[in-house]
Amino acid sequence: MHNQESTAAGRHAETAPAATDIRMETRKLSVFYGDTAGVNDVSLSMYNKKITALIGPSGCGKTTFLRSLNRMHDLTRGARVTGQALLDGSDIYAPKVDPVTVRRRVGMVFQKPTPFPTMSIYDNVVAGLKLVGIRNRAVLDEVAEKALRGAALWDEVKDRLKAPGGGISGGQQQRLSIARALAVEPEVLLMDEPTSSLDPQSTIRIEELMSELKKQVTIVIVTHNMQQASRISDYTAFFYVGDLVEFNPTAKMFTNPNQKRTEEYITGRFG
Amino acid sequence: MAAAPSTYELVRRTPPLLYRWLGDRIFAVLVTLFGLTVMGLAISLAVVLFWEGSEAIKTFGFWGFLIGTTWDPALTLTFGTFPFLIGTVVTSVAALALSFFPALAVAIFSAEYAPRWLSHIIDALVDLIAAVPSVVVGIWGIFVLAPWLRDHFYLPLYMWAAESRPELLPIIGSPMGYGMTTAVIVLALMIVPFTAALSRDAIRLVPKAQREACWALGATRWEVIRMAVLPYARSGIVAGAILSFGRAIGETMAVAMLIGNKNTLPFDLFGPAATMPSVIINEFREAVENLHLSSLMAIGFYLFLISLIVNLLAAYIQRKMMVAGGRSA
Repeated sequence: MHNQESTAAGRHAETAPAATDIRMETRKLSVFYGDTAGVNDVSLSMYNKKITALIGPSGCGKTTFLRSLNRMHDLTRGARVTGQALLDGSDIYAPKVDPVTVRRRVGMVFQKPTPFPTMSIYDNVVAGLKLVGIRNRAVLDEVAEKALRGAALWDEVKDRLKAPGGGISGGQQQRLSIARALAVEPEVLLMDEPTSSLDPQSTIRIEELMSELKKQVTIVIVTHNMQQASRISDYTAFFYVGDLVEFNPTAKMFTNPNQKRTEEYITGRFG
Repeated sequence: MAAAPSTYELVRRTPPLLYRWLGDRIFAVLVTLFGLTVMGLAISLAVVLFWEGSEAIKTFGFWGFLIGTTWDPALTLTFGTFPFLIGTVVTSVAALALSFFPALAVAIFSAEYAPRWLSHIIDALVDLIAAVPSVVVGIWGIFVLAPWLRDHFYLPLYMWAAESRPELLPIIGSPMGYGMTTAVIVLALMIVPFTAALSRDAIRLVPKAQREACWALGATRWEVIRMAVLPYARSGIVAGAILSFGRAIGETMAVAMLIGNKNTLPFDLFGPAATMPSVIINEFREAVENLHLSSLMAIGFYLFLISLIVNLLAAYIQRKMMVAGGRSA
């Protein structure tokens, strides 16, 4: 049965509009923890300046898949990735590719806001720039403002940029994390359940923000919340026990899914 | 025949047992008692030290005893603890300065770089070194380290200074091997495990999310440590350093064996000196005069105060530097 589903998923290219170009793409990508596969042979395209949502029940491999897109698994003992992940056509897992460079191009926002608590708001935003050696104050100021505006946080913090990054509200901290990721102008932004630890109001702000952000950046978001996926994403991928079951434009996915299991999941029959 | 009562009824009908009621109270009384005993011990220790040292403190004054530079138990019976205060402060500060970065490096290596099996071995060795009795360290210092330092370091430097820079000789001091520098080096070795173990634990407590956030920005391993790990762990690291400093202040046996024991200022680099604990252990058996014994007790009292201040300072700095949001962020 899984085989059938995988094959169906492999045909997603037929249903996707060919006009949109592909920013990132995986080919038969698998992630193993020891001998167990967390993600099985997933081939998935992420279109330029679109939001791709990854949905599925807990433990289905969606976060594992997301973390393979900027080589975060390199940091986990015993984790192993096979297959390809292409960023603008070149494989980020090819030998001689420096994961540090990959992570500069593919930014990430986590489930919990992760400002560096000992740094000021300002220093948090420019942390990534300082890493690449940019010290010019004028440049940093400009980027900080741009990133904070981009993350819809500027108006709230412009008068206290020197305040500690841990001293603002949870929703603001998450937007600060987004600003920090945006400051280095990544091509792809990975978001791992970015609103699951936030209150509804902050969640709405971040969802609005994402629709703004996709004008500049390709977004891949993992979410537990199917309403969120249907509200904000252009494409949706449904994962189940490590397999990609279905990938389709969000509108189609939530009205007329190809797979029975997708329908069961999005109508709440399991998950 | 009446039906047996259900568990539901049994649980609710059975009155509290006497032994449970009593046991609860006895236990509460016991732990309260022991808790208070510790407080009482600390306070009575301070009181006894002050009481026994009061003769010296009365004779020379509270500050006069502390800043008095003459320690003469033989002829004039004048007692001032300033040389030992200087000796204690200089050796502890120097030992901390010497050991801090190597200890931090050990901690970082064990927590961040070493493969698991190696970091287990390092941790075990660090704990082992911390457990070596100081008298054993002292005897190793006397028979191995001090002669080695004398032959390879102090003497050559002394000879060089005697030939070309004689004005440095008073600063360098006697190169016999038993003196301030040897004591500092041994003290530094002895506190490395404490700083290393406490820093290592603080580093391991840094949340994974903080590290990953930094990795995701495109940081290298060292950058993650510098930007995410060390700042987050700083309160634990500093507290570890201050507690090690406290150990260095109180360390008695190894220092007394190696510092050469000279009771008058000025101290020089390699020459003999003394610390507050070392003078107590060297003289308590020969203190026949009441004022002499009382002066040793008074040193104990001041040492108690200094340790108290250092510990309070450690707690204060740790709280001050604690990351906003605590461990959860």
